[in-house]
Amino acid sequence: MTTLATTGDAFVATRDTAADSHGAAAASQRTAATPQFYVLDEHPHPAGYSTPLGFWLYIMSDCLLFSVLFATYGVLGGNYAAGPSPRDLFDLPLVAVNTTMLLLSSITYGFAMLAMQDNRAGRVQMWLAVTAFFGLCFIGIELYEFADFIRQGATPQRSAFLSSFFTLVGTHGLHVTTGLVWMVTLMTQVARYGLIEANRRRLMCLSMFWHFLDVVWIGVFTFVYLMGMLR
Amino acid sequence: MNDAHAAHDAGHGGHSADHSDGHGLHLTLDGYLIGFGLSVILTAIPFGLVMSGVLESKNATAFAITILAVVQIVVHMVYFLHLDARSEAGWNMMALIFTAVILIIALTGSLWIMYHLQQNMAPMNMSTLP
Amino acid sequence: MLENNSTLLKFIFGRFTLDALPIHEPILVVTFIMVALGGTAVLGALTYFRLWGYLWREWFTSIDHKRIGIMYMVLGIIMLLRGFADALMMRAQQALAFGGSEGFLPAHHYDQVFTAHGVIMIFFVAMPMIVGLINIVVPLQIGARDVSFPFLNNFSFWMTVAGAIIVMISLFVGVFARTGWLAYPPLSEYAYSPDVGVDYYIWGLQVAGLGTLLSGVNFVCTIVKLRAPGMTIMKMPIFTWTALCTNILIVAAFPILTAVLALLTLDRYVGTDFFTNDFGGNPMMYVNLIWIWGHPEVYILILPAFGVFSEVTATFCGKRLFGYTSMVYATVVITILSYLVWLHHFFTMGSGASVNSFFGITTMIISIPTGAKMFNWLFTMYRGRIRFELPMMWTIAFMITFVIGGMTGVLLAVPPADFELHNSLFLIAHFHNVIIGGVLFGMFAGINYWFPKAFGFRLDPFWGKLSFWFWVVGFYFAFMPLYVLGLMGVTRRLRVFDIPSLHIWFIIAAFGALLIAAGIGCFLVQIGVSVLKREELRDTTGDPWNGRTLEWSTSSPPPAYNFAFTPIVYSADAWWDMKERGYHRPLTGFRPIPMPRNTPTGIILGGLSVAFSFGMIWYIWWLAALGFIGAIAVGIAHTFNYKREYDFSADDIARTEAARTHLLGAKA
Repeated sequence: MTTLATTGDAFVATRDTAADSHGAAAASQRTAATPQFYVLDEHPHPAGYSTPLGFWLYIMSDCLLFSVLFATYGVLGGNYAAGPSPRDLFDLPLVAVNTTMLLLSSITYGFAMLAMQDNRAGRVQMWLAVTAFFGLCFIGIELYEFADFIRQGATPQRSAFLSSFFTLVGTHGLHVTTGLVWMVTLMTQVARYGLIEANRRRLMCLSMFWHFLDVVWIGVFTFVYLMGMLR
Repeated sequence: MNDAHAAHDAGHGGHSADHSDGHGLHLTLDGYLIGFGLSVILTAIPFGLVMSGVLESKNATAFAITILAVVQIVVHMVYFLHLDARSEAGWNMMALIFTAVILIIALTGSLWIMYHLQQNMAPMNMSTLP
Repeated sequence: MLENNSTLLKFIFGRFTLDALPIHEPILVVTFIMVALGGTAVLGALTYFRLWGYLWREWFTSIDHKRIGIMYMVLGIIMLLRGFADALMMRAQQALAFGGSEGFLPAHHYDQVFTAHGVIMIFFVAMPMIVGLINIVVPLQIGARDVSFPFLNNFSFWMTVAGAIIVMISLFVGVFARTGWLAYPPLSEYAYSPDVGVDYYIWGLQVAGLGTLLSGVNFVCTIVKLRAPGMTIMKMPIFTWTALCTNILIVAAFPILTAVLALLTLDRYVGTDFFTNDFGGNPMMYVNLIWIWGHPEVYILILPAFGVFSEVTATFCGKRLFGYTSMVYATVVITILSYLVWLHHFFTMGSGASVNSFFGITTMIISIPTGAKMFNWLFTMYRGRIRFELPMMWTIAFMITFVIGGMTGVLLAVPPADFELHNSLFLIAHFHNVIIGGVLFGMFAGINYWFPKAFGFRLDPFWGKLSFWFWVVGFYFAFMPLYVLGLMGVTRRLRVFDIPSLHIWFIIAAFGALLIAAGIGCFLVQIGVSVLKREELRDTTGDPWNGRTLEWSTSSPPPAYNFAFTPIVYSADAWWDMKERGYHRPLTGFRPIPMPRNTPTGIILGGLSVAFSFGMIWYIWWLAALGFIGAIAVGIAHTFNYKREYDFSADDIARTEAARTHLLGAKA
């Protein structure tokens, strides 16, 4: 049998059998110095305690995935195989418009987060919808650009430069598309359950994801489009 | 939009939600607007430099737009992603630094290695071998 | 015979025809019959004993890290049998194919065997065993109740299984890759490998790789966020440290593998020109990129083994690990340096002296922290009271064997030497030396060490020692000759030889492989005998080895919630500290513990991944589409389930803890 005695905050425990301690040294003396080895009034971690760090780590891994695509573009991006080169294809004003779409979608997502902070589900939905609209514009313009290149014979199969271009820019576009699917899903979930804790966490994660895609785009427009015109 | 103010130092924009306390968000409108404004400028300048060709040297232009891209990425990290050395007890920043180091190693390493491989192993060079 | 001219048939079956079934290959037919009989027996027994419900509820849908870890180990052991069968076939072929004999394996079969051997051993034996051990042990060691993301843990497991299934299907349906385990282009490009083999390889690895990556995120978070109060990072057990660094490497390396395989996939499916010989492609870029993943991968494999050895040495020498701080620093330095050495895998590809020298030097530097660890283990043993239980025996065998392998590694790090030895049997001997001597011996040490914790009874020592000696002696017989052969210039992956003086070495190596086979057999017997003798081998205290870390403070096996009360930690070797200072196990005052519910989502997504991959491999586009859309739909549907927790009631906890008190009292 064991007994517990409380002295203020510190539980000092006594043990009078050796049965539940194996191989311990100074066995059954009661010492005031025996520390508390267990949390007796535990408050479990809140749900989603690990989520922000976990999602950030996922984003870091996605960064490294893009780094391979950037490295490939860096190495193979000059191999035109006697085919079209950036100067023949890239339409910088169009890219500028596209960049603006994405940047605007970033700020409107920010407004959605501010509305979430103010607990205004309706406004959150509105700003998410605006963000999705800008995101769709971005994808639309990008698809138009791709279709235009392909129409001119600048297909992904034409050269290693074009393979790496389509893959890098296309992978970014696929991520944006995934974000849009996620956004619609989350809007449905907010509509159904409101701004509960779980949905707030998810909005935070999508926020990280969305802004991260804008960061990758900075790399894309700089090193693919702008550098491409300088090569 | 004005109802989104929170009393907070707008000096470096907002901090991200605290993680053990989901209601600890400290986002500010100012933070987002500053970030947006800086991003617009940092986008317009490189596009302008390249489209106008105002800098004679291509190398200088390339260097400039690279620096501007890096700065804009930092702006995004601070104002949109609310990254600081304190989030998640410093683990977010450490993860970012580690990722950046790996990224730089993979990129520069690949460029360096592939450049040398191209030099030594590209078919056109065969005729120049002894 | 199906005629594939009809477009309807082509739509339904893609490029699959009945020719894909290897009914004319006797080895495969026999294998299939054995697998079918054995499989039917197992499935039949499960049905007869009405175990499906139990398996589904208690194991397949479980989010309990201890159960998931055990399932990973089972996967690893099963795949070890397949991978080792490939090894036996290679040894037999090489021992026989002299003096004009062609051996018994034609080239198109032999090439699949060595490719499958490498892929399976790395991705479906070593990785699952490592992830399995980390799953079972780490949450217990840090005083946590589960990992950060229990559902994701279950999903990661089933994705690994799905990858293994995809690779195993290739044995009986179609062919596997014939490119070697890394599938270098141009050989792996569509132009030179148009059949399904490389596609099986790609999709098997992509599916499994996704699971591994998410598992990496899961465990980094777990170790960072869920440590018991008072456990600062410099008070973590060393195995947890190595697990942390391993999982950081996983998060940082696996996306690279995913991306590179995706580029190869695009080349094969869409006709892009990343790694082709023409249109501006560069196959050397693949080699470069895949090894940026590949080198950290081998550190992912070895670091947990180092962690096991640290725990085992300290426990079985009755001493605190020597040089804890330097061990931590060595581990972290290895983690970072592992990204600076990758070119040593292709010194001979032609990057020239400056590049080769840089990477040669970094490769030599990375051996230093490992050397520091070796000395720390030795100093831990010095003046300790060493108990030669099985885990300690495996540790000593590791120390000797791994040092030899490490030295040959440093030899290979010298570029001029590597120009002679690259892709020779010397290289094969080196990496088997470090992987078997390091990773596998570490896994066996870990299995023998933590088996009682996982199952409640120890493994039988007699059969374990028999297995040990067969393995260790067998390893030396199997691989030392390969060093000799490599130095004499023999290339890897050869199928037929015509120099008679080499024959004896291959015969010795084949003999070694047979000894190892006996070792594996004894290991399986060990498990069986232990189950039969489990009452004799029962661990009633939870601490059969007089351990030092927190997992030994729980019962064997631990309850679902691990700890009724979260422990408070004051020093490293927390459990030892508790025992020394006279801890007391609280018997009242239990509170309900929130626990995650089981989930079928993981296994369903795994199944859909197999369907998707099969469709992609055989160009059955409707199947691929259904699998993909189905997976997305199931995933999204899963996110609509917000009620994922239940409370483990205080009464149930009290009952469980009282049962443990009874067991502990009964032993005294």
